[in-house]
Amino acid sequence: MTTATEPSKGSFRLSMLLYDTRYRSTTIQVVALLGFMLAAAWLINNVIENLAASGKTFDYRFLWEPAGYDINQRLIEYNSQSTHARAAVVGLLNTLLVAAMGCVTATVIGVFLGILRLSRNWIVSRLAAVYVEAFRNVPVLLWIVLVMAIAIEFFPAPRDFKGENPAATMKFFDMVAITNRGVYLPRPQFANGFGDVVLFGGAWSLNLNVVAVLAVLIASFWISGRIRRWADRVQEETGDRPATWHMRLAVIVLPTAVLLWALGFHFQYPVLKGFGFKGGIHMRNSLLALWLALSLYTGAFIAENVRAGIMAISKGQTEAAAALGLRPGKIMRLVILPQALRVIVPPLISQYLNLTKNSSLAIAVGYMDITGTLGGITLNQTGREMETLLLLMLCYLIISLSISAVMNYYNEKTKLKER
Amino acid sequence: MKKTILLGALTVAGLAAGTAAAATLDDVKARGKLNCGVSTGLVGFAAPDASGEWAGYDVAICRAVAAAVLADPTAVEFVPTTGKTRFTALASGEVDMLARNTTWTFTRDVDLKFEFVGINYYDGQGFMVPKSLGVTSAKDLDGATVCIQTGTTTELNLADFFRSNNMSYEPVPIETNAEAQQQYLAGACDTLTTDASGLAATRAAFENPGDHVVLPEIISKEPLGPLVRHGDQQWGDIVRWTLNALITAEELGITSANIDELAKGTNNPEINRLLGTEGDLGGMFGLDKQWAYRAIKAGGNFGEIFEKNIGENTPLGLSRGLNALWTEGGLIYSPPFR
Repeated sequence: MTTATEPSKGSFRLSMLLYDTRYRSTTIQVVALLGFMLAAAWLINNVIENLAASGKTFDYRFLWEPAGYDINQRLIEYNSQSTHARAAVVGLLNTLLVAAMGCVTATVIGVFLGILRLSRNWIVSRLAAVYVEAFRNVPVLLWIVLVMAIAIEFFPAPRDFKGENPAATMKFFDMVAITNRGVYLPRPQFANGFGDVVLFGGAWSLNLNVVAVLAVLIASFWISGRIRRWADRVQEETGDRPATWHMRLAVIVLPTAVLLWALGFHFQYPVLKGFGFKGGIHMRNSLLALWLALSLYTGAFIAENVRAGIMAISKGQTEAAAALGLRPGKIMRLVILPQALRVIVPPLISQYLNLTKNSSLAIAVGYMDITGTLGGITLNQTGREMETLLLLMLCYLIISLSISAVMNYYNEKTKLKER
Repeated sequence: MKKTILLGALTVAGLAAGTAAAATLDDVKARGKLNCGVSTGLVGFAAPDASGEWAGYDVAICRAVAAAVLADPTAVEFVPTTGKTRFTALASGEVDMLARNTTWTFTRDVDLKFEFVGINYYDGQGFMVPKSLGVTSAKDLDGATVCIQTGTTTELNLADFFRSNNMSYEPVPIETNAEAQQQYLAGACDTLTTDASGLAATRAAFENPGDHVVLPEIISKEPLGPLVRHGDQQWGDIVRWTLNALITAEELGITSANIDELAKGTNNPEINRLLGTEGDLGGMFGLDKQWAYRAIKAGGNFGEIFEKNIGENTPLGLSRGLNALWTEGGLIYSPPFR
């Protein structure tokens, strides 16, 4: 058959933009783009007009002025004379701290409960189901406030530790104090060592002892990995696996222990002094409440992801593994979970993002995250809503995109390799 | 194509013009209600009573303004604001005025573009501690855990006070007064700091107020007063002179009991001018002659409002002190009505 309806070229009419299917989709796209640009232009123009109307300027110079307020939890050096920018960084580090702690515990809780929910033991699986449904279906803000309220009302105040016959005592051989101001843990310290190195003209300092210990630990684990691969090789060649646990344990423990001893490693214990406990690591109950609530809440979602991932693996896999003589624990660890990870990881990314973004509820318990410092006190004291909020959004955007990038890389590694 | 862009630009310009601020007085009159920003609940200053009606020292200012402008002291929509949200609420036009324990400072006046219309309470930042702590001076608070309301001048004063006295402290930032109370009573912080009047109000709400003391040191000047947006002078004048009318009423002895009597006309020209039987002061800023009469009648004069809400016979038990009239050794002073 010949093509009878060859369109005549060179006779382009304006109406063809709408009625000719060759051009219509382009027309629609151009119109949509114009509409979008107009909407954006209107929003930006509105902002400029209103800033001008209220006599406000748009600049970030305030970031270099002294902040004037104090922050209780500081991972880097900060005092009330530091700049607003530094206060923002202190808040950012606090956000990252609680997000990192939350992601780790939420994953552990999620994997554990997801597996428990599939247990053949009726009570265990029901209990896991109750947990998941309870935490998933109540707003996380309520969990945060509840944990905080429990921490404040249930645990003893520092003054209860005082006197001849105190109402409360320290736990774990007088090493840990649990109070309604938080938990005081022993602080690792070095009697001698390399001291601190100052970076960027005093803006940052780094403890060389910690760096040294971390370096030795990483090296030890690397050697331990080499030993494992050597054992794998021997097993493949001879069928017998040499016992390596004592070598690997020694490689990991001994160098670090020797280094710690040489650096004069010891613990500084919290002691009751003045109004409360001094010394040790103070984990404030705001951090504890936020961390616990976020982990428990997000853990419930991750548990469902894990359950879905495991259920996506065909039952034949379990049966085949059992036929090969593997025990249930090993089946889960060696056969099911590695395959299930491919299903679990993509939704896991969004759970990590959720947890990080939910950490901005910190202000409910007075945890000074970046929303509390930059988007809270700095905003309020300088009155620069536009600038601080835009900067705040940018920070969360960068954090979220970084998490996505890392997890996507991990997903690439674990996903099914199709050749 | 050119036409589309031109039309779009026109649309943008048209929409943007609609957002420019109109006169607040006209807005309030058209709405029939005054939107007044108050605190989220501070007994004596602004808190809903048992029947859900807002009452208090700051609330009375809102009611007086509503009575002056709308002839109805109940035509007020109270918008509870926290230390953090109050300025955004005012700047964005969500509220017409703010009567909320707000300290008059240079940056708020100049940089944040607000207009403080006067001072209705001369305050200062203090500390409250449980008696059992055995602390008698703020200088003994080295190392203490301090509960503060975030987003206020208090956290800046606190940082300055501890720094200048070479003391350390652990700040516990808190969003609202109710949470501060909870943490303080549970012993999660050693001391609670805010304006001394706020401490008295908080203490009055305790089960055993006698177990807590307010330390003698006052570490800052906190002149509190109502404020409006910068740029609408007419509205600013109305709020300013409503406050002044209440103060002048106390000075001239006009009370809610005798105001009807005095409004019939007296031989004191200043009372006559204030209550509208002589001249037309109200007409100068777009109100009627009776505006001040209604404002005073709404809750009484300045002294009556003080005594009724936070005075010595209330649970707060605050004495007039600096907040007495200038004729009685205080700082409360109104420019003359003429």
